Amino acid sequence: MSEPNPRDTVATDPAAAAPAVPERRRRRLGAPLLIGGVLVALIVVLALVSFVWTPYDPGAVDPAARLESASPAHPFGTDRFGRDTLTWIMDGARITLLVGVVAVGIALLIGTPIGILAAVFAQYPWGGWIGAAIMRANDILLAFPALLLAIIFAAVYQPGTGPAMAAVGIASIPGFARVARSGTLQVLGSDYVRAARAANRSPGAIAVVHVLPNIAGMVIVQASVTFAIAVLAEAGLSFLGLGTQAPVPSWGRMLQESQQFLTTHPELALWPGLFIALAVLGFNLLGDGLRDRFDPKMEVR
Amino acid sequence: MLAYILGRFVQFLLSLFVASVIVFALMSVLPGNAAQVALGTNATPEAVAALEARYGLDEPPIVRYLDWVGGMVQGDFGTSYVTGTQITPVIVDSVQVTAIIVVTAIVLAVAIAVPLGTFAALEQRNWVGATISALSQIGIAIPNFLAAILLVMVFSLTLGWFPSQGWTAPIEGFGDFLAGLVLPVVALALVQAAILTRYVRSAVLDVMREDFIRTARAKGLTRTRALFAHGLRNAAIPVITVAGVQLATLLVGAVVIEQIFVLPGIGSELVRAVANRDLLTVQGIVMVLIVLVLIINFIVDLLYPVVDPRLRNAA
Repeated sequence: MSEPNPRDTVATDPAAAAPAVPERRRRRLGAPLLIGGVLVALIVVLALVSFVWTPYDPGAVDPAARLESASPAHPFGTDRFGRDTLTWIMDGARITLLVGVVAVGIALLIGTPIGILAAVFAQYPWGGWIGAAIMRANDILLAFPALLLAIIFAAVYQPGTGPAMAAVGIASIPGFARVARSGTLQVLGSDYVRAARAANRSPGAIAVVHVLPNIAGMVIVQASVTFAIAVLAEAGLSFLGLGTQAPVPSWGRMLQESQQFLTTHPELALWPGLFIALAVLGFNLLGDGLRDRFDPKMEVR
Repeated sequence: MLAYILGRFVQFLLSLFVASVIVFALMSVLPGNAAQVALGTNATPEAVAALEARYGLDEPPIVRYLDWVGGMVQGDFGTSYVTGTQITPVIVDSVQVTAIIVVTAIVLAVAIAVPLGTFAALEQRNWVGATISALSQIGIAIPNFLAAILLVMVFSLTLGWFPSQGWTAPIEGFGDFLAGLVLPVVALALVQAAILTRYVRSAVLDVMREDFIRTARAKGLTRTRALFAHGLRNAAIPVITVAGVQLATLLVGAVVIEQIFVLPGIGSELVRAVANRDLLTVQGIVMVLIVLVLIINFIVDLLYPVVDPRLRNAA
């Protein structure tokens, strides 16, 4: 991390300031970042392992072992068809991560450039209205919450993982655009950008050399928080039957299917519920931890 | 001040117009057409053409758009191609149920979050504040439908205090109405309260660092008194913004809760219409939800100068 940081330039004696930086960084690797990182790693490992090994075949139906409680053979028990719950949790982690990665990817790759453009245009007397128009369009998109857009997509196309990912991604564009815009405006107002302008650097070069590295931290934080939202939205949609379709394992649908056994087999609801909550908690904490690390002045935004 | 209100109103109308175009466009790009979808793939071309003519689906898109918007302005959402019934009464009945649940939930969330968040900020440095922060972090991670299932397990199936599903209109029995309201409202409110607590805490912490609080403390006020006399009003702006966003989120988020508790709200109607491929009904309900979201945003914009007199002149 050697990019020029305006906060660090206050230090008068470089020799004295140099050792202080790593020390401060280490202290800030606090509980949120650690717990968040561990939870996210757990979900990722579950998903990766599921590609090479699961306790059972996810499609394997075993009528003799229907609705079993936890046992050495089935640590998390079995569902109404005798399918192993642990296997389904592991396979379900894949869909959760897939939806998160694709949705965040869409929102990040579209939203960040839009936000940077809006901020850059706002710098020019002729471009003010373009910047304003971009942000107005952004605000209108904000009136379409992820879940609603996903329901519309499910109505127009077939319900499925694809439309769900696209809808959550599109609905998350405004968040990235806002973060990128405010970060860019901050950077563009700094002395080193003024210096770059005086040196006749083109706006494009300034955006790549100065803006991108400096807003990367904020964008990563937004990505982490958006990931948590995507996990929630996918679970909610699958719960409604409008997301991931059978026979692909999904935590949201497991939760929905468990509803009729709440009285007799509550653990069928508890396992997928627990993992949804752990995934969301993990990405939220990761986002918080990263935010503290990238910008100590910012608490909860 | 009047210019500010007018400006916001024009923005509101503009957003409304653009949103209606987007919703209409999304529904019109459907592969195949609405009549074919409604009748199924076995329908003869004559039957499809007849249905199209009956509902004006053979008109050009611009005419259909104007028909649709014109009807909505007069409170007529049209006739469903699938059920053949009027859509407006369905929306009017169901939106009331959703409104009752959602408004009660946001009131409850604010009632929990404001004192809790303020307390967490004042007790920031000891275990009480840390516990509140940790609990709200966990609360945020629990989706409302999971909260609903857990509540049903404990308070309905185990303790038997509240019904696990169903809706009683207030006129049919006020006691049953209240009992049926408890679990859905708590399920929605808990998660939002957790989110809001964090914002209240951070807003109060920000305010406590302000110069006017230091001045008040220098004059001899205690921290708590300084906060109550000068701080809370200043902390209100970010909290109102978030609460507004949350109300909008709840409107849509209630879809899942209504399904779990089998409530005849607008979300249940939306899911049913999607399942029936009843596109005109989907279109109408989506538009109603978006209008409500935009109205909430508009009201939040108007609240800023009311809460903070400094914004009245700036605006």
